[in-house]
Amino acid sequence: MALYTKRRIAALSGVLAVALTATACGSSSDGGGDTAESGSTSSIDCAPYTAFGDLKGKTVTVYTSITAPEDAPHIASYQPFVDCTGVEIKYEGSKEFEAQLPVRVKGGNAPDIAYLPQPGLLNTLVQTGAIKAAPPEVAANVDKNMPDWKNYGTVDGTFYAAPLGANVKSFVWYSPSAFADKGYEVPTTWADLLALSEKMAAEGGDVKPWCAGIESGDATGWPATDWVEDVMLRTAGAETYDKWVNHEIPFNDPAVATALAEVGKILKNDKFVNGGFGDVKTIASTSFQDAGQPILDGTCYMHRQASFYAANWPEGTEVGPEGEVWAFYLPSVDSSSKPVLGGGEFTAAFADRPEVKAFQTYLSSVEWADERAKTCGTGGCVTANKNADPSLLKNPVDKLSAEALTDSAATFRFDGSDLMPGAVGAGTFWKGMTDWIIGKDDKATLDFIEQSWPK
Amino acid sequence: MVSTVIGAVPAAIPEPFLRAQSVPGKFFLMFFAIFFFALVFGLVLFLASLFKGKNGERVQGALFVGPAVVLLAIGLMYPAILTINQSLRGRSGEGGLTLSNYSAMFTQPELLLVLRNTALWVILVPILATSIGLIYAILIDRARGEAFAKALIFLPMAISMVGAGIIWKFVYQYKQTSRPQIGLLNAVLKLLGFETQQFLINAPLNTFMLIIVMVWIQAGFAMTVLSAAIKAIPDEIIEAAKLDGVQAFKMFRYITLPSIRAALVVVVTTIGIGTLKVFDIVRTMTGGQFDTSVVANEFYSQSFRFNAPGLGAALAVLLFILVIPIVTYNIIQMRKEA
Repeated sequence: MALYTKRRIAALSGVLAVALTATACGSSSDGGGDTAESGSTSSIDCAPYTAFGDLKGKTVTVYTSITAPEDAPHIASYQPFVDCTGVEIKYEGSKEFEAQLPVRVKGGNAPDIAYLPQPGLLNTLVQTGAIKAAPPEVAANVDKNMPDWKNYGTVDGTFYAAPLGANVKSFVWYSPSAFADKGYEVPTTWADLLALSEKMAAEGGDVKPWCAGIESGDATGWPATDWVEDVMLRTAGAETYDKWVNHEIPFNDPAVATALAEVGKILKNDKFVNGGFGDVKTIASTSFQDAGQPILDGTCYMHRQASFYAANWPEGTEVGPEGEVWAFYLPSVDSSSKPVLGGGEFTAAFADRPEVKAFQTYLSSVEWADERAKTCGTGGCVTANKNADPSLLKNPVDKLSAEALTDSAATFRFDGSDLMPGAVGAGTFWKGMTDWIIGKDDKATLDFIEQSWPK
Repeated sequence: MVSTVIGAVPAAIPEPFLRAQSVPGKFFLMFFAIFFFALVFGLVLFLASLFKGKNGERVQGALFVGPAVVLLAIGLMYPAILTINQSLRGRSGEGGLTLSNYSAMFTQPELLLVLRNTALWVILVPILATSIGLIYAILIDRARGEAFAKALIFLPMAISMVGAGIIWKFVYQYKQTSRPQIGLLNAVLKLLGFETQQFLINAPLNTFMLIIVMVWIQAGFAMTVLSAAIKAIPDEIIEAAKLDGVQAFKMFRYITLPSIRAALVVVVTTIGIGTLKVFDIVRTMTGGQFDTSVVANEFYSQSFRFNAPGLGAALAVLLFILVIPIVTYNIIQMRKEA
């Protein structure tokens, strides 16, 4: 019963927060919130959606890269909107999303709404003229709830896509109990991390310090790009990172070469990888979902992967500082800086029917962000919405991520490959890193990616 | 008159029906399509019946061929011209006239590798599949349990390329030697005391491992056609040769091979064309990574993933050009037969 009361209080405080923000900004058409209902699905204030007219029986199709098991809580979070408006949401997740979406758009078969995981892809799609500008209701919500992220959804001064989910990539998953058994301590600098890896490799015998995997269907290679970006932020700093992302310095700049070499010290070291899977090359054929699992059976100690990896632990795995698995911040070079690499999705609309606009508005609202936290399954429920109630986040990793995202000492940077033009960020960077893992040298890899940058 | 009536019909159909999203909409669209087809067909028959005599026959012929030609022009010629045009307009397929895509194709190391792989496929698959099919067909000819033996090798034909790709991906599955093996091939290696291999990652071995899958599928086709051709050799010829004391190998060299020459050409060229277009196997098994990409797969990657539709179009044109000689040879052979 304690949980019941707690949830009820949380829900009430959420509504209060909404009401407070709404009155503070004075933009809401309706002052009072609905009385909160406790339980798995809560109801929301339907007033903002009645403005779009009668939506009963209408359908909105959603196309995303979020597949099972991460999709179910997503779908659950639409329920209040569905109850409110009678709109049916058709959800479709695909692992080949990045390649298939442009095909569908070109073929005149675009979904109503797509969750773009990459601002670079947004940029490409805007050029085709298929994406509709965000309705004013959405823009108002974003100004209010996630102003820092607005520029990622803006192309040439027009605002198109509102941020949706957010994640933190600068995490290393590990087993606290295994660390305790061996007397290892969570490293706080990059040098410490390498030294610890060295120690583990020397003591481990068959147990490797690192687990890694970059296979992800059509998107194979992306986890390796995250490595490079994370290390780039640490070795070159945020300013050089921005220049690199915007191609103000070439892709094969010495600063990038330094970062890649640093990543190579771990990923291309047969002594350090690949716990339970084989040699370095197995990184290319191990799916990123499977990659971290050997932490549980003790064949590797660490797995660098984003906060959303929480959803991939088997059901019943205890995630927490004292649990079976937990995550630590990927150390920076020294304590003077704390760069945080993150990512997120953006809702782009290919139709401007009233029901689509209404759904977009819902997704950018505090109500949705809170509902997302409430219906959250195994984690990965942090949103870019800074007005969402952080106390609703049940998962410890989500709490950790929310802290990292709002930490005033941290320098947040969006995933670089997601910001680069699609041809590089969702193409040659992925391919280049995959080839790098199976043996291509640093220079050839960087040169290959540089020559593919659209002129 | 007729065309205006047809043109007027869609305008009268409510929007949701045309989008065929509802069940009645789907049925409506289906009946409309059948009706339209019957209308065109009836019209052609009616017009053809108006012409008589020698000259009339020509008009009739033209009338019957007409719809097919029109459809081919819309569905095949027009896109082909668009593709060629796109391939001449740079990476994005939208710039000014340039041959940059074609020069990239023959200078960029990554794309040269694609061409090398395609060459390997086109040379190896037809030769291997046809020889295996031929040897098998001869060995089982008139043997006991022929039907069963034939079914064994023909069965893979029934599996889609994607299905075959997935099956073989399991066969090639890699696990460290010290761990329990899932992949059949590596399990055998381990049993024999060898190190397990990463068949799909180690280049250039991986390309050959993929080629095996295609051969596995196509050998059945070759065997079926060639077996039928062997059975069609007149018994008199064989008996005459036997009376002359011809030995087994000479029988094959001087009797069987010349008799089934036409069938062999058809088999080799058909498999050759199929191999040029190979996409599904590469896509499901490696996604074209680890140096295994072939032209058809690279065309997809460039067009849809690397955002270089111009380069993709150039690869498609190359594929088109490569197929032309094979098709032409095939047609010439068929004419000789007729």
